[in-house]
Amino acid sequence: MNSLEHAGVDVMFGIPGGAILPAYDPIFDSKIRHILVRHEQGAGHAATGYAQATGKVGVCIATSGPGATNLVTPLADAQMDSVPIVAITGQVPGPAIGTDAFQEADIRGITMPITKHNYLITDPDQIPAAISEAFHIASTGRPGPVLVDIAKDALQKMTSFAWPKQRELAGYRLQLDPEVGAINDAARLIAQSQKPVFYVGGGVIKANAAKELFRLAELVGAPVVTTLMARGAFPDSHPLHLGMPGMHGTVAAVTALQKADLLITLGARFDDRVTGKLSTFAVNARVIHADIDPAEIGKNRFADVALIGDLKRTMASLVPALEKEFTKSKPDLTLWWKQMGGLRSTYPLGYDHPADGLSPQYVIERIGAISGPDSIYCAGVGQHQMWASQFIKYEKPRTWLNSGGLGTMGYAVPAAMGAKVGAPDTSVWAIDGDGCFQMTNQELVTCAINKIPIKVAVINNESLGMVRQWQTLFYSSRYSNTDLHSKRIPDFVKLADAMGCIGLRCESREEVDATINKAMEINDAPVVIDFSVNRDAMVWPMVAAGTSNDEIMIAREMAPDWGSQEL
Amino acid sequence: MALHTLAVLVENSPGVLARVASLFSRRGYNIDSLAVGPTEDPKISRMTIVLNLEGHALDQVSAQLFKLINVIGIQEMKPAESYERELLLVKVGSNGPALDEVARRYGARVVDKSDNSVVVELVAESDEISALLSDLAPFGVKELVQSGAIALERGVKTLSDRVREEQGLSNPDEGNVAESATADYQN
Ligand SMILES: Cc1ncc(C[n+]2csc(CCOP(=O)(O)OP(=O)(O)O)c2C)c(N)n1
Ligand SMILES: [Mg+2]
Repeated sequence: MNSLEHAGVDVMFGIPGGAILPAYDPIFDSKIRHILVRHEQGAGHAATGYAQATGKVGVCIATSGPGATNLVTPLADAQMDSVPIVAITGQVPGPAIGTDAFQEADIRGITMPITKHNYLITDPDQIPAAISEAFHIASTGRPGPVLVDIAKDALQKMTSFAWPKQRELAGYRLQLDPEVGAINDAARLIAQSQKPVFYVGGGVIKANAAKELFRLAELVGAPVVTTLMARGAFPDSHPLHLGMPGMHGTVAAVTALQKADLLITLGARFDDRVTGKLSTFAVNARVIHADIDPAEIGKNRFADVALIGDLKRTMASLVPALEKEFTKSKPDLTLWWKQMGGLRSTYPLGYDHPADGLSPQYVIERIGAISGPDSIYCAGVGQHQMWASQFIKYEKPRTWLNSGGLGTMGYAVPAAMGAKVGAPDTSVWAIDGDGCFQMTNQELVTCAINKIPIKVAVINNESLGMVRQWQTLFYSSRYSNTDLHSKRIPDFVKLADAMGCIGLRCESREEVDATINKAMEINDAPVVIDFSVNRDAMVWPMVAAGTSNDEIMIAREMAPDWGSQEL
Repeated sequence: MALHTLAVLVENSPGVLARVASLFSRRGYNIDSLAVGPTEDPKISRMTIVLNLEGHALDQVSAQLFKLINVIGIQEMKPAESYERELLLVKVGSNGPALDEVARRYGARVVDKSDNSVVVELVAESDEISALLSDLAPFGVKELVQSGAIALERGVKTLSDRVREEQGLSNPDEGNVAESATADYQN
């Protein structure tokens, strides 16, 4: 506990148990706030939500065995999305390790591939160093989860506390500034390009580099696309923004990447959901790849210029290099903008209002419009997540939280709880699916008891909608096991009520604004709104998995009309 | 088959072998052989990993390996610039001057003799070991054990020198605990 206080922790999420009990006793007197969750998975995602909303390290704590294994999903989730969290777990006493003791699980072994680093500590004198290193590793370089597993007897033994003065991490070296030569090469490539695009990933948010991006983008004047993890890194209202690329990206954003002659890649990783079929992705583009993680360079796509370093510093040094280069030649992007601007206005994101029932996109759009760009929005995984990334307008970093890499259903409610704890004066919405909500809604009890008044919009299409959409498109509408019957059971309003929340229901377009406004007025309890929506709505545009981005569809069996566009 | 040899300095901490093995298996990298042992520094172990790249780029493998916190330094041991040796112990089911002659030709030692078996030891490069084994085949190989390759760079330069140079270059604030652990990502 002493170590955690030294590391600057102000809040943690967890559940006690036998092996971690010695650490829980001092929590009783500590100035660190401990929030008792209802499931360790909730603790892990709450730590993630807290970290994503604040930029600080999120902390979760659990006991050995099942407590620790319940953290596996959030750790994997944080690893995929590079979120700085530290997990503390109790372990059976040192002498019992390896004997299949009660509640023993080799959590260090289990989490090796899904953490940035992890520790098993059996010597009490090593606790401070391990905790200090854990916070350092989690928060620096490419952020990520670190687990510290501590044997019960090490937690119990008396020892004199000494916070390490020096960290001994011989193998942990960070390159913060890219090579000057590479910066100049990048500037030259940009100056020579005719069709450049800023391909912006979540790294920009992690590096707190939104301002630098703004400056750089305005200087170059090139189109900007923000990936699912980067929504909010660049204002949606900005004229340079073409929206989100990828499987459910806008026609303009997908096509801009596809037809570019230069990708200025900033903290993005050429994920398959963005590139589509890799061999056909942006075939004519040269690539500038800026990332703090050298292993991302060339992993999926060859980089002509690699800028390894902190993105904030990278972009800050790119600006003067470009200003110098632009005195010699500045690219004329008029034609490029004519094409991309044309696509943007011809193919805006849109949806239909169904004849029967409520349009889910409309609900989400209204939440964004009414709650506004200062609110934080967390999503689950599925159709509602894609609509929330499309129809809410993000203006600021750290206002859009979701599980991008792992795609973890059940992320939204606990992550919103963590975000609200980190940003208590901000309205925090969980835009959740009826499927996802049923995986982790127990944390609403935690929210109600601990006065964490989040707002949950359950986009109830009574199905595992995203899977159902694939069944519609690729499995001849054979809806095998995607019907949740959740307009019948459970009754989400009663469930909310039982968990100490305010439950509201909304079934028609006319009620949408009034219901959202009502939720906005409630700030002393969590609110759950059951939005009963049409189940047949689909997410468009779509690039089917494994196909080329060139085959983007704007609706069922409907490709954009490329017409005479020579791109 | 593109074989490459990497020398990897790692912290001598529990679990480090599992970390390397887990990385290779989850990224689909193929290990041909792996040898681990102590170094001149008791806190550091050295692995020699012979890789069959099969389409993976060596730079990418090194970069992924270097992301492991316990990995301190990595260097490719190129054939022209390094010595590479493997150890073979082989039990052959016969005895006699003909066998001694084969052993002598390879500079192998006969380390154990009984009525109808001998144990032959050879320290050599991989090719030579294969050659000896095929020459021993007619005598009847009953059992054999072979170490992974170990490799050392030629000349005066050492891998720890290189690590020290790199450490000097990067990360000026490494080891400095003064600033709050979370400060890096708050602003
Ligand atoms: C833990 C987990 N299990 C399964 C999946 C596969 N999956 C992806 S989306 C989805 C449906 C989600 O349903 P719902 O929460 O109702 O969202 P909708 O798509 O209907 O908006 C499923 C089952 C997943 N992503 N995560
Ligand atoms: Mg659903």
